[in-house]
Amino acid sequence: MSEPLVIVGNGMAAARLVDELAKVALGRYAIAVIGDEPRLAYNRVLLSSVLAGETTSQDIELRPASWWRDRGVTLKYGCTATEIDVGRRELKIENDESVPFSKLVLTTGSSPLRLNVPGADLAGVHTFRDSRDVDLLLSLAAQKKRVVVVGGGLLGLEAAYGLAKAGAPVTLVHLMDRLMERQLDAPAAELLKSLVERKGIEILLNANTARIHGETRVEGVELVDGRLIPADAVIFAAGIRPNIALAREAGIAVNRGVVVDDHLQTGAPDVFAIGECAEHRGICYGLVEPAYEQARVLARHLAGREASYPGSIVATNLKVSGVSVFSAGDFMGGDGSETIVLSDLNHGTYKKLVIAGGRLTGAVLIGDVADALWYLELIRTRQPTQRIRADMMFGRSLAIRSEAA
Amino acid sequence: MTAIDPDLRAISTTCAYCGVGCGILATPDGRGGAAISGDPEHPANFGRLCSKGSALGETLGLANRLLYPMIRCGKGTMERVAWSDALDHVAHRFQHIIARDGPGAVAFYLSGQLLTEDYYVANKLMKGFIGSANVDTNSRLCMASSVAGHRRAFGADTVPGCYEDLDEADLLVLVGSNAAWCHPVLYQRMLANKQQRGARMIVIDPRRTDTVGDDDLFLGLKPGTDTALFSGLLVHLADNGALDRDYIALHTTGFDDAIARARNIAGSVGATALATGLAEQDVATFFQMFANTERVVTLYSQGVNQSAQGTDKVNAIVNCHLATGRIGLPGASPFSLTGQPNAMGGREVGGLANQLAAHMGFTPPDIDRVRRFWKAPRIATHEGLKAVQMFEAIARGEIKALWVMGTNPAVSLPNADGVREALKKLELFVVSENVISNDTVDAGTHVLLPAQAWGEKSGTVTNSERCISRQRAFLSAPGEARPDWWIMGEVARRLGFGAAFGFSSAADIFREHAALSAFENEGARDFDIGALQSLSDSDFDAMAPVQWPVRQGSEPQARFFAEGGFFANDFKARFIAPEIPALRTETTAARPLRLNTGRIRDQWHTMTRTGESPRLGQHLPEPFVEVHPDDAARHGLADGDFARVTTDYGQCTLRVVVSERQQRGMLFAPIHWSEANATGARVGSLVAPITDPFSGQPENKATPVSITPYEYVFRGFALSRKPLELPDHAWVARVAVSGGYGYLFADNADLAGWQSWLKSFATDDLAEYKDFGGGVYRGASFRGDRIETCLFIGPARDAGDWNVVKDLFAADALGNDQRRMLLSGKSADGLANAGPIVCACFGVGRNTICDTIAGGARSAADIGARLKAGTNCGSCIPELKRLIAQTGTSGPGPRTLAAAN
Repeated sequence: MSEPLVIVGNGMAAARLVDELAKVALGRYAIAVIGDEPRLAYNRVLLSSVLAGETTSQDIELRPASWWRDRGVTLKYGCTATEIDVGRRELKIENDESVPFSKLVLTTGSSPLRLNVPGADLAGVHTFRDSRDVDLLLSLAAQKKRVVVVGGGLLGLEAAYGLAKAGAPVTLVHLMDRLMERQLDAPAAELLKSLVERKGIEILLNANTARIHGETRVEGVELVDGRLIPADAVIFAAGIRPNIALAREAGIAVNRGVVVDDHLQTGAPDVFAIGECAEHRGICYGLVEPAYEQARVLARHLAGREASYPGSIVATNLKVSGVSVFSAGDFMGGDGSETIVLSDLNHGTYKKLVIAGGRLTGAVLIGDVADALWYLELIRTRQPTQRIRADMMFGRSLAIRSEAA
Repeated sequence: MTAIDPDLRAISTTCAYCGVGCGILATPDGRGGAAISGDPEHPANFGRLCSKGSALGETLGLANRLLYPMIRCGKGTMERVAWSDALDHVAHRFQHIIARDGPGAVAFYLSGQLLTEDYYVANKLMKGFIGSANVDTNSRLCMASSVAGHRRAFGADTVPGCYEDLDEADLLVLVGSNAAWCHPVLYQRMLANKQQRGARMIVIDPRRTDTVGDDDLFLGLKPGTDTALFSGLLVHLADNGALDRDYIALHTTGFDDAIARARNIAGSVGATALATGLAEQDVATFFQMFANTERVVTLYSQGVNQSAQGTDKVNAIVNCHLATGRIGLPGASPFSLTGQPNAMGGREVGGLANQLAAHMGFTPPDIDRVRRFWKAPRIATHEGLKAVQMFEAIARGEIKALWVMGTNPAVSLPNADGVREALKKLELFVVSENVISNDTVDAGTHVLLPAQAWGEKSGTVTNSERCISRQRAFLSAPGEARPDWWIMGEVARRLGFGAAFGFSSAADIFREHAALSAFENEGARDFDIGALQSLSDSDFDAMAPVQWPVRQGSEPQARFFAEGGFFANDFKARFIAPEIPALRTETTAARPLRLNTGRIRDQWHTMTRTGESPRLGQHLPEPFVEVHPDDAARHGLADGDFARVTTDYGQCTLRVVVSERQQRGMLFAPIHWSEANATGARVGSLVAPITDPFSGQPENKATPVSITPYEYVFRGFALSRKPLELPDHAWVARVAVSGGYGYLFADNADLAGWQSWLKSFATDDLAEYKDFGGGVYRGASFRGDRIETCLFIGPARDAGDWNVVKDLFAADALGNDQRRMLLSGKSADGLANAGPIVCACFGVGRNTICDTIAGGARSAADIGARLKAGTNCGSCIPELKRLIAQTGTSGPGPRTLAAAN
């Protein structure tokens, strides 16, 4: 008899975990996936492409229903989990049903933060997280509503781009003095700003949202410095918060996220967490790649194999058509490190490599990202780069040729 | 002036460079340029051209041309003036100084690049009418020793042989001549003789130059010992029955003294070997080959001439030919290779301080004859000051007015820094030039007169075999440039000599020159072109190359002296007993080496013309010093590094080239670079101003010298559409490049300074590569898709590939991939190019994906299975689908980056 394994959340991490389990532990577990989104798991990363009209909502579905069925998965989507009973190994779901488990995996993801400012609860204030949000934003754009996007990180930029592409006049307001400050240095952010502005998006930096005006609906956004931006809608894209309520209420140790060890196990036995809801070694990742890595490790662990997760060296790719952005590792380059910079701003190119101790430790690329993955590999493998230093900036093929010469 | 043919047909003219005097066909392109090819009809080259001649078309630009007369005004700057004002000024100032200090206070310094007609007018004006013989020329640096040697031996400055001798000789002995680089077309003729007739070649030179073929005998003698070698040869010829006793008896005098002196200098093979530093076996082989070969031509050039004993060297060589009667016979003669296009024409005119005119000297009958011919009341009656002494007199303040025409003495004379300082003392310093700036022009000129350049001027030149050829105009003169003869004629008229200078064309002058050569000649003088004195203007325009003498009513004569007939009262040649060979300077602990100087293959003189050619700039783009490996090790020098080269006269900073071809104890540095195109590379400033007592030619090839390493942390280069002023602290060599201006440099200043320097003039469209920690900065600014300026600087051996970047700079537009790779400073040829990235997660490019689709992938999943593309975040899957749909209608992009040509 297969052990019951229950996955809470039917996002990308859940889908990848099922895929990995099918590869390494086929038949060992009877898998149930319980998620509150009312559709099959889809590629959340591509929501901005859907918004931009570059792909369709149907096309981003990760796997067809048959795929899940073939793997014997019980799918309950559009269904909210309400409580974990760790002691009885039961998951309570809505309608007072309960699902027993032998192993439980939390892939509950995260939720967008809503700023705590007056007017944040007005009609017309939205977030950008799931396909329901996208449907709503598309209808806004179709009506040429004036939109203010709050937040100049990855998510905010992708939302702003999608909206603008869909036809809405968009203003992006960002609290900091540069875009994507957690991934980009000042020159890169400056170049990115000009490239995004060329897409027709107005960008305001050092823009601290004070309040949202409107009687019943959004009418405008007021900044702390007094500037007033007329708007028909506001999108909050100013950060995410891991969904940890379920775990916290079950008495499972949480911090910002659900705390997991190197086997992705939470403080409770046989309860695991991966993806954006998990906090590993103090880090909550907000990207898909660590979730996939965690899914792979967890699947092997659940299959009884030796596997552990050491953390991810993350790289950021912005998905805005024609604006390639890549950032990885120590992109600022602090004390004890050296930087090599190639900039051709009029051609939309800025590349910075950070070197410390004869190794590549960080990279920021705008425009020319052809060798991004090579740089990521160099950063991850920590291989000495002294011999290729002179050519590294200009790509793997030149560096390899010079090294061979 | 010759009118420019509107049909732009090929015009036959003569090369601007060496004394080979190759015929050229120039076809103007109607836009100020011309296509250049060798003239198949010309007897000097039969269509062949060397690298320099072939590139003449690249040197016709007007970027650095002097276009208008200029006078230094009260503020000290040079201001444009009208011709009439400039000429009035020159005439007035000359008149004033002559009236105050006498004719000895003025001088002309001429050039082997002047046409014969220009030379003639200069010589006539100074010697006949101003009354001074202070007319000398840069030919003094080139072949004055040959002239003096010829005159001592033959009684006249006669080249006895002709180029056909090089085809017909069985033995070619090259002494102090790197003909492969300096007279390439003649060298090719000699090689053809080697290959077709089996002629052998012997090269006598302290350096193993490119003239030495693998199968040649190379005699790498010690500097200044040529006379010992040829004295030893004369003894060997005498002792081994190789003399032509009849010829010696009938046609020569002085043999006994000469052979006695020769025995004294090098009485045996062993003594010769000892004196020259050569192996006895090599000496013996040379002697035997010479003794046993009737058809032997001994060719000599600067290695013989540029010496404080150059005249003796010439005579030591000539002695051996006289003693064997091997002179003026087919394939048998001594042969001086002249360095300049019209050094010979200058000699014919007599445009040298120790000649009067038309192969006449300062003897009372000659003076009288020329006075009568010219109707010259104040004709000079004694020799003037030869080049080195002329500039010493300027330094002492004795000569107060100098007119330099078409030459750059502030670079080319020995002790060139001293010369440059001396020029600043002149009361009147006039320069007739093509260029608006060179070291001489920049040395305080008071009046600048724009002369016509090669391709614009019209007249005649004479090559090393006495062949007179027309240089013809095929371009209109730019700005207000005028023929040199016109400029001097106008000054002469203003000095009151209008009647004697009423020339209206080069043909006018040529006719008078020809008439003077024949005037009361009757065969007494070798130089006689009397048959040409009545040429019509159109005959002159159409004149085919003709070898002199061209006597009225006589048959042409290709050679001299086979049957004697020397130009002395007794019609006999003189054997000359040379002085014991010894260099006039000693090496010391402080100056342990000797400096040899010379030319390189693709540059000419001070580069005012060749320096404009990108093609010629490729061969050896930087000033350098060649060092033997043992000397390099002893002095701590490595190939490619820099060195300070110091003599008692000056100092240079040069790139080090370590070469086995260099003799131990000797350095070699090329003469071409100057302040105008490099930093600290004025090699003339190193040379001791020691001259030959007979010829006045300086010893440019044996100055005691020291060398020490000099370190530059950074090397780099800059390319720009406009001329750049590089920072003063850098060592810089300017190099001609296609499409703009190139600079190679070395420096010790910090990179940030170079970055700000570039930014101070670069366009806003600036691309930069900064690795300050690795010592690298590169920047390129653009105008549209074209490079405007770029700067590459880095550690000594990692500054970027100049040739790669130069090619990209030459392009009118860079593609995106070329621009992306430009600042790598490396060739992107053959590098795989994946194309723009489609799958960011796995770094898979469009070209790779399209290849895979072409290879059969039909779905995004297929592509994922093969390339992993789309299998992580999946965000590229829509694009993958599009590419699948597109491929089939349009092919993928190019696989490799193509470099610009």
